[in-house]
Amino acid sequence: MILVFIEHKDGVLNKTSLEAITAAQAIAKDINDRVSAVIPCDDDKGLAQEIANYDLEKVIVATNPKLNVYTPDGYADAWAEIIKREKPQYVVMSHTYQVRDFAPKVAARFDREVLADVIRYRKEEGKFVFTRRIFLGKLDADVVLQGEAPYFVTFQSGAFRPDKAEKGSAKIEKVEVNVSEIRMSPEEPFQETKSEVDLTKSEIIVAVGRGIKSQENIALAQQLADVLGGDLAASRPICDAEWLPIDRQIGSSGQTVAPKLYIALGISGAIQHVVGMKNSQVIVAINKDPEAPIFDIADYGIVGDLFDAVPVMIEEIKKLKG
Amino acid sequence: MKIVVLMKQVVNKDAVLRIKADCSWIEESDVALQTSESDGYALEEALRLREAKGQGEVVVCSVGTHAAKSVIKDALARGANRGIHIINNEPHKLSPYQTAKMIAEVIKGENPDLIFTGLQSDDLGYGQTGVILAELLGIPHATIVIEIDRSSLSDTLRVKRELESGWYQWFNYRLPALFTIQSGISQIRYASLKGIMEAKKKEIKEIVMDAPAFSSAQKIQKVYLPVKTKQTQILGNGDAKRGAVELVEKLKNEARVI
Ligand SMILES: Cc1cc2nc3c(=O)[nH]c(=O)nc-3n(C[C@H](O)[C@H](O)[C@H](O)COP(=O)(O)OP(=O)(O)OC[C@H]3O[C@@H](n4cnc5c(N)ncnc54)[C@H](O)[C@@H]3O)c2cc1C
Repeated sequence: MILVFIEHKDGVLNKTSLEAITAAQAIAKDINDRVSAVIPCDDDKGLAQEIANYDLEKVIVATNPKLNVYTPDGYADAWAEIIKREKPQYVVMSHTYQVRDFAPKVAARFDREVLADVIRYRKEEGKFVFTRRIFLGKLDADVVLQGEAPYFVTFQSGAFRPDKAEKGSAKIEKVEVNVSEIRMSPEEPFQETKSEVDLTKSEIIVAVGRGIKSQENIALAQQLADVLGGDLAASRPICDAEWLPIDRQIGSSGQTVAPKLYIALGISGAIQHVVGMKNSQVIVAINKDPEAPIFDIADYGIVGDLFDAVPVMIEEIKKLKG
Repeated sequence: MKIVVLMKQVVNKDAVLRIKADCSWIEESDVALQTSESDGYALEEALRLREAKGQGEVVVCSVGTHAAKSVIKDALARGANRGIHIINNEPHKLSPYQTAKMIAEVIKGENPDLIFTGLQSDDLGYGQTGVILAELLGIPHATIVIEIDRSSLSDTLRVKRELESGWYQWFNYRLPALFTIQSGISQIRYASLKGIMEAKKKEIKEIVMDAPAFSSAQKIQKVYLPVKTKQTQILGNGDAKRGAVELVEKLKNEARVI
């Protein structure tokens, strides 16, 4: 058996779980096994029915009133019980913030760890070889699992396609699980008050990363944005340093944008940044480091100093616009 | 109140990585090193919490080679009270469970009220050493903590977790607890000259420890440069100014986006 985690908020599916289903189905084919989905919840609000439309052995609805909101303690207890019951070979999840929070805890209960944030896998001499990005995306590592099942694997968002999850019809099984004491009490999730800028509407974005070096230098990027009629955005460290307000941050914890043109100045291209801008129509990267991962998704690149390139760009664009 | 802060030494962000001939890892000789970014924030938050409380002890713990001593010394200069250095010569071979096990062994006796770590290291990025450690110690945890309500500190503590796409959530935790800290939680202080002088007198306990046996460890077989998937037109051929001229021309006439 392979178990796949269905993440949801109040019964509303987190779409990355469909990627996890695709991944789990692929692994199942390779080892000639079946996949079952697991939904920890108090009330699944019809989600089980939705998931039962995929090619799965069964959809396990693990219920307990204490699972009405997410807590790492509650989810760990629910998962531990389901794993003991089902004795899976693999437990497959998407590498979301919630999964990062509870999956290693569940694994540790079984004296395991998580093979986390995998971007692809292949079968080699009957064994799986998983690939992870390391050094903030600069290198890949091939990793193998050792020891006995269960194996815990999480996949990076985008590693598998949600629309490739195979359809079918699965039975639904309701299991009342035990949840012991919960040592944390959650308040309601919220969004910080909406900002003045809505970068999702921008057609042209000039984004600065740590390569901009100092707050004063941001003026240069602003000039470029101005001549292009675009907006300024940034990678996380720039907002962390308060050189630009947080509403300018692009990435997994900031905004997701898809402008016509995205110019990345001195941004390395870590996955958490890339998920926020990879769907831009045209991506330009200017970076000193020829191996910077940002070049992997760029249409045009300049390998060199942004402080050489940007002033020339500004002049050239001014000429164009006459 | 005692806070243990876990900090890791990693290669410098801007270092050029050279892969070993046998592809087992990178060449670590001569490469510049630094503290993993989010660990620096974990320390800062621990110091601020101690200051808010007006008393307490911040203990820095690092698993690493002899070189990792500099991470601890730097933390002591910024204000940590003492350090524990778990010396291991090949930390990159440790799987997260093994690292957690080593730390658990050492800090069990410390009985900390709080343990802070960075949310993931800038090298291997496992993102789970802290969570596994919490489970081994039998204490609750939260990951990706982006704010701590310092005024709430009693036998509980209120922390704000970052969720995806700009969402957040506050949780109230009973102590002892472990939190993995997100970069940007507060502005990191510099070590003062006084701090650097005082650090020389602070204790660093050294413990030499081999990797504990762990049959389910994930094992790195090979490291390599990622295969490029997209055709990028590199402009200027190393001349950034010429590249800039070409770029504007291409954006206008080829991509037609300006
Ligand atoms: C849970 C989590 C959530 C995160 N969320 C986000 C997020 O939402 N958004 C985000 O951006 N990050 C996020 N991050 C952080 C992310 O992992 C990276 O650390 C961050 O994106 C790196 O920012 P950077 O590219 O500006 O800096 P670096 O990685 O330090 O890169 C700087 C780049 O500038 C180049 N450079 C330096 N000088 C010059 C020069 N003179 N000319 C040209 N190039 C130069 C360097 O070669 C380097 O490639 C998150 C991380 C985690 C763990």
